[in-house]
Amino acid sequence: MRKKEIIETLAALVAETSSKLPDDVAGALRRAKRREEPGSPAAAVLATILGNCSLAAKNTTPLCQDTGTLTFFVSSSLRRIVTREAVEDAVALATERGALRRNCIDSVTGVSRDANSGGGFPVVHYTDDGFPAGEGDVALLLKGGGSENMSRQYSLPDETLGAGRDLDGVRRCVLDAAFKAQGFGCAPGILGVAVGGDRALGYETAKLQLLRPVGSRSPDRALAAMEKRLVEEINSLGIGPMGLGGRTTVLDVKIAGLSRLPASFFVTVAYMCWALRRRSVHIGGGRRAWK
Amino acid sequence: MKILRYPFREKDVRALRAGDEVSISGVLFTGRDKFHKAFADGCGVECDFRDAALYHCGPVVVRTGGGEWKVLAAGPTTSVRENPYEPAFIAASGVRVIIGKGGMDSRTLEALARCGAVYVQATGGAAALYAKAVKRVAGVMRLEEFGAAEACWRFEVEDFRGIVAMDSHGRSLFDTVRIGAKKALDRLF
Repeated sequence: MRKKEIIETLAALVAETSSKLPDDVAGALRRAKRREEPGSPAAAVLATILGNCSLAAKNTTPLCQDTGTLTFFVSSSLRRIVTREAVEDAVALATERGALRRNCIDSVTGVSRDANSGGGFPVVHYTDDGFPAGEGDVALLLKGGGSENMSRQYSLPDETLGAGRDLDGVRRCVLDAAFKAQGFGCAPGILGVAVGGDRALGYETAKLQLLRPVGSRSPDRALAAMEKRLVEEINSLGIGPMGLGGRTTVLDVKIAGLSRLPASFFVTVAYMCWALRRRSVHIGGGRRAWK
Repeated sequence: MKILRYPFREKDVRALRAGDEVSISGVLFTGRDKFHKAFADGCGVECDFRDAALYHCGPVVVRTGGGEWKVLAAGPTTSVRENPYEPAFIAASGVRVIIGKGGMDSRTLEALARCGAVYVQATGGAAALYAKAVKRVAGVMRLEEFGAAEACWRFEVEDFRGIVAMDSHGRSLFDTVRIGAKKALDRLF
């Protein structure tokens, strides 16, 4: 593909991601609606969410106005084609077309960076995933600020939570994070959790869990059981969609285990709103295919 | 479903109860962080908020080929950041409906009761649906100074739906939910 086509493909990826929920997330929201009491605020909120998503998908307009932090995951085999410059050009183009809000502010001067680039934005990760040169995937995750503000990191032991350095301590941290988030992060949320790591790796790994499909369980049996237990326990808190009460406070919980130093035991919770926008495109042989 | 039509009258607003689903039609201004700070600093944002609605929202707005404004996305933003400013704003402006997400604190709840106003929770993220409810962009203030997301837009809306989460009788759904959730949490610890 020529440079212009690559930029068009990436701009289309941004527009698709911003306007269409992935099927697994939309399906989980539809199941949640069936669980809620008819006529309750929870049912009304979920009906609004589902109606909104159909409309945004039909018109290809942003399904949430906070088009979020853009994180691109690019196969390293595409490094010479999908360059940082190409990504930035595509983001500027998508912004002009209304797929993204002007959402990037210089923290020091307070001035808007109208092209949505600069100062670390958008985030671009190149990953080694074994594709031959010139072929590979570009995945994009959009995460809004309201949910990012609800993400937290704990250092165990934590006496106020009665949380020790074990899986039950992890459970208490995740419950506390869900309780503190109430409806502020736009519940029902999806929680990515990292156990261990240093602080930076914890946040990165917790966020990466949001790429796993809703309903999939960790290959680690203990973590898979804890994921399932936490979904049930958090939903028993009754916080509900947008914090107005109800049976669905989270759609899923994803946990990953990392190594840690003997001195540290971090538990990191990435709170993602219901508007979990992720999509990927495969580029190769001069063509593109949505995944 | 309760119906509110502009101008929103005190007696109609006082008839609303926490938990009611409400459909709002009429004049709605957007205002978020920069707007609230400017209002508090006394560099007034010159418009008539009396009996209108204020929406905590940073919309995506573009100009069409014909030079008209078009709202593409207009969901609510988190309201707690405006806690320090809102009671004084409600008292001074005569606004009847505050729309946002996540709820506000006891000072705002008290101001709602004193002045006869309500807080309506819009569904976070439902930006396309709320954009569709905007039938006309009737003006914008402080666009250059605040930027499109923070400017004070005057929208005319039709059937903008939300849930009364804090009423003018001192009741907040958020408080009820938080108290229940704390009890449930304590049982799990």
